[in-house]
Amino acid sequence: MYHSWWFQFLILLLTINIVVCSIDRLSATWKIIFAKNPLFNLSRFRTLSQKEIFTGRQSPKELSTVYETFISRQFGYTRVEETDKGLCIFAEKWRWTRFGVYIVHLSVILLLLGGLIGSLFGFKGFAMIPENEKIDSIRIRNTGQVRTLGFEVLCDDFNISFYDNGAPKEYRSSLTIIEHGRPVYKKDIIVNDPLRYKGINIFQSSYGKMPSGALQNKKIHKKDPSEDITLNFASKKSGKLYKIKAVIGKPVDIPEDLGKFVIVEYRKSAEFGGQNIGQAYMGILTPKDKEPVKIMLPLHFPNFDKMRRGAVVISVGEQQAKKFNPGEKSDQRYYTGLQITKDPGVWVVYTGFILMIIGIFITFFMSHQRMCIEIVKTGENSQVIVSGTSNKNKLAMQNNVKKIAEKLINL
Amino acid sequence: MNSSVLLSITTFTYGLAAFFYFASLIFKKPLTGKLATWTALTGVTVNAAGIILRWMESYRLGIGHAPLSNMYESLVFFSCTIIIIYLVIERRYKTSVIGAVATPLAFLAMAYASLSPNINDRIQPLIPALKSNWLIAHVITCFLGYAAFAIAFGISLMYLFRQRDTEGKIRFLSHFPKSRVLDELTHQMVMFGFLFLSIGIITGSVWANSAWGSYWSWDPKETWSLITWFVYATFLHARMMRGWSGKRIAYLSILGFMAVIFTYFGVNLLPGLHSYGSG
Repeated sequence: MYHSWWFQFLILLLTINIVVCSIDRLSATWKIIFAKNPLFNLSRFRTLSQKEIFTGRQSPKELSTVYETFISRQFGYTRVEETDKGLCIFAEKWRWTRFGVYIVHLSVILLLLGGLIGSLFGFKGFAMIPENEKIDSIRIRNTGQVRTLGFEVLCDDFNISFYDNGAPKEYRSSLTIIEHGRPVYKKDIIVNDPLRYKGINIFQSSYGKMPSGALQNKKIHKKDPSEDITLNFASKKSGKLYKIKAVIGKPVDIPEDLGKFVIVEYRKSAEFGGQNIGQAYMGILTPKDKEPVKIMLPLHFPNFDKMRRGAVVISVGEQQAKKFNPGEKSDQRYYTGLQITKDPGVWVVYTGFILMIIGIFITFFMSHQRMCIEIVKTGENSQVIVSGTSNKNKLAMQNNVKKIAEKLINL
Repeated sequence: MNSSVLLSITTFTYGLAAFFYFASLIFKKPLTGKLATWTALTGVTVNAAGIILRWMESYRLGIGHAPLSNMYESLVFFSCTIIIIYLVIERRYKTSVIGAVATPLAFLAMAYASLSPNINDRIQPLIPALKSNWLIAHVITCFLGYAAFAIAFGISLMYLFRQRDTEGKIRFLSHFPKSRVLDELTHQMVMFGFLFLSIGIITGSVWANSAWGSYWSWDPKETWSLITWFVYATFLHARMMRGWSGKRIAYLSILGFMAVIFTYFGVNLLPGLHSYGSG
């Protein structure tokens, strides 16, 4: 829906609307903002309903100099004028905040422009890389086109870790960028920490297990279980532990005359009591003068053979189990799912973001404030009338006027 | 003392505060008003303490993270922000009547968080997508916005009630602030909320770009937050450009809050990137 012609058309209409309305209004605001001599209309201030009136004990002239120094500290622009009844101090600040709303509108335009740049000159693609394999091109989302990256991405390793409650903790892909056949950059990426290279960003997005058919051709070959297997034989009688190297199919003699043992096969996922207990060797133990027994040696459970309560406990050597079993992995080969993007418009969008926050703040929380302090001569004393207006948030301005009047009384 | 005890006390205290605010609305005794304010203040203190304690407990469990990661924690934080914003208004505008809508909202949020069977209140470890410093900035700004909109909604309801009773027949309505003040307060709250909703969407967007490589994916929550943003943008334009006020503004504020509610709760019924916020 969001990529359909009518939705794009609505966005275009919105853009035109914002631009036209902003230009229309800006031409009027421009004159106000860049007026050389700010205009003050005394009669407008006089007709304001909210005014603070008090009596000053000095002449208008004396008061005005005191007040002007005070007011000029808070307002950027002050001016003293003579009126028909005495003196008048005009002050104003934050005239430029009238621009605030145009900053917000500009930011919206920038967001849409950034989006446009991204969709014209950028791409969003997806790649699945099996461990120890590399890619040099990706499939673009939505269109399915193939696009070359200009370099190769090698997935050295993929790891997934879990919390105790079974929820995923971290997906980590170790990637190497290869350019002209040479590795140029290495990084482990996790969700929230992508790899960025030459304007292209690579994000951890998903993962999966390779079908087991692919597994047999690749990984098992590398770590052939038929090469020396260290076996531990623990004699129950003497309590001694013997480490003996074995090879599949070749019987070994167990010391202390405990018989012969032969490994007959390796299983990727052995079952015990209906449960998958992972990799295991299957072997046959032939004790002296007794019937042979089938024995299972799971790599993950070195104490498994204790359950048999035989004269000898057999297990696979720890070193062996580790070498052959780095985590859960040799048994399962993963691929990592990467989101690969290029978006030259993203900085335009981010500029829009910053402008939007600044603009909204200016628009809603700052206003063009104008004050008028009229000092009228009444015999020996003066009457002081403080009033003020703002283009926004008039309630707050009234409070402001009240506060300033209170301070002026005490000067 | 653990955080769930503190948060249960919070729920109860907010209920009590709501009761006192209603009582002060009906009897108009300064004492009940004062009592209401102090109860709300106690509630928000315990609420904040509960959040901090939960934060510390998560570290003790070895899965330390800010307690802003699921529906339960967000509701607790939501209640806290509603009351903080309300207490600031009470102090600034010297009117405690709005408390009669703010405290029930906070109470409802807390009660829903602790009683709903769909909401899990256990401290859970962070899933990989949430492991980012943007989490705190994104959730805090969004909920400051939501809380301001919730209060604007309450004030708009009060405004409509007050408008209906023009002859001053219903006694307690006469204690409501002047319509003009309610109208202006709604506007103030919406402006505040709009700023924070914008920052919330922006931080979420920057976060999404660093986690998934796309600053906008039209996920249901994103889309609905945009709809909410448009409703309030309409509100602000109607008021500032067309000079709308009164009833029409009150209805727009209520419509906006409906969009907020749907963004917060309703979207969880739809599949999307924010699914961790649902349970």
